[in-house]
Amino acid sequence: MRANPADYQLVSPGSLNAVLSLLAEAPGQWTPIAGGTEIMVQFGTGRLRQRKFVNIFGLPELTEISVTADTIRIGAGVTYTTIRNHPELTAALPLLAKAASWTGSLANQNRGTLGGNIVNGSPAADSPPALLVYEATVDLISVRGTRTIPYADFHTGYKKSALAPDELVLAITIPRPAEGLRQYLRKVGPRNAMAISKVALAGVAMLDAATIRSPRVAIASVFHSPYRCFKTEALLAEVTLTPAFIAEARKTLIAEIAPLDDIRSTARYRTQVSANLLEEFLLSLSSFAKGGGPAS
Amino acid sequence: MAQIHLTINGQTHTLEAPPMARLLDVLRHDLGLTGTKEGCGEGECGACSVILNGVLVNSCLVPVAQADGATLCTIEGVAQQGQLHPVQQSFLKYGGAQCGICTPGMTLAALQILKRNPHPSLEEIKEGLSGNLCRCTGYQKIFEAVRLTYAEADAK
Repeated sequence: MRANPADYQLVSPGSLNAVLSLLAEAPGQWTPIAGGTEIMVQFGTGRLRQRKFVNIFGLPELTEISVTADTIRIGAGVTYTTIRNHPELTAALPLLAKAASWTGSLANQNRGTLGGNIVNGSPAADSPPALLVYEATVDLISVRGTRTIPYADFHTGYKKSALAPDELVLAITIPRPAEGLRQYLRKVGPRNAMAISKVALAGVAMLDAATIRSPRVAIASVFHSPYRCFKTEALLAEVTLTPAFIAEARKTLIAEIAPLDDIRSTARYRTQVSANLLEEFLLSLSSFAKGGGPAS
Repeated sequence: MAQIHLTINGQTHTLEAPPMARLLDVLRHDLGLTGTKEGCGEGECGACSVILNGVLVNSCLVPVAQADGATLCTIEGVAQQGQLHPVQQSFLKYGGAQCGICTPGMTLAALQILKRNPHPSLEEIKEGLSGNLCRCTGYQKIFEAVRLTYAEADAK
């Protein structure tokens, strides 16, 4: 049943400090709303449980992108459209730009924000695999101050996070990838546009001759939250690829993930495709296979 | 209730609405601008597309308080002085509209494509319309209408 808007509050304090004060006065009472691409869907269908919202869309403190020699820092309120069109960001972080470009439709990208995407905590979200392999950190801010945690520690369970009730995500910072970093990202969904992933996998590595150094692998839709595959990474480090090794890597990944049956796919399909995507990433690094799919 | 100021198709409006009211409902119910359609209500189909401060949005996903002070273009503002916009004429000419419920959203999405590139490639058209669903046309005639919007003007 359709929600009655009169049952809800939405305030627009207009500055970051005013928002943080409101959150601090009544921790857990107010839910920040940015682009609304998730909250308003729940509202429209009458499933929105929270009643009090504080508008953070377009707050200047949340919408900056700053690029230095070492890092790219993206305000939590930056939209996907801004991310995919930012020349320095797209050059430095092609996987994040690609993920932004296939999140929802252009209209969704005009509203949806990077911070909203991670706070929403969907295991199928598009940007997290890229953020995980890039070893992003997140700045969390409250009236108590700012703290920085690895993004890999942000999600603590299904739709659970390290964010305290009075905190906002302020920004996401990504160290500039090393020259020559091999980068891979592929999403598998029912269609190209407007589809939620059945599985998506990001992988990066340095190649030293044929030896894999600093491999990082992250995956969506096969765990309670976006997941960095530390066990698979440990197996890949300092290895020279062979076909036999790729078979072992597939097994390690499959043992590490926990896919479910749901409306979008089955655990069996997700298991198979996860391993296929890992193999495609590894083949893109190998000297014995040419091509290897959409590695960038 | 909150007081909301909107400039829609060049006209200013001041109204009272619950701040969480969907922009879509304010347009249709409070202002009688029923050219903007509701399809899915979940940001998937694009029938409710409007241009908000220069960018395409799904008005079903915008609480009206977030549009306070904004400049909007809805389908009612696309034709000027009784003259259809070239993209609307092209939709007519190439059969880009059938039942019509997706047409307002398609038209606004098409305008955004043509604003970036008056001679868009098929890929640009497909991406630009990927958030707009049509159950009648099979899309080919819509793609054609967008692609050829300015073709004749250029041939003259």
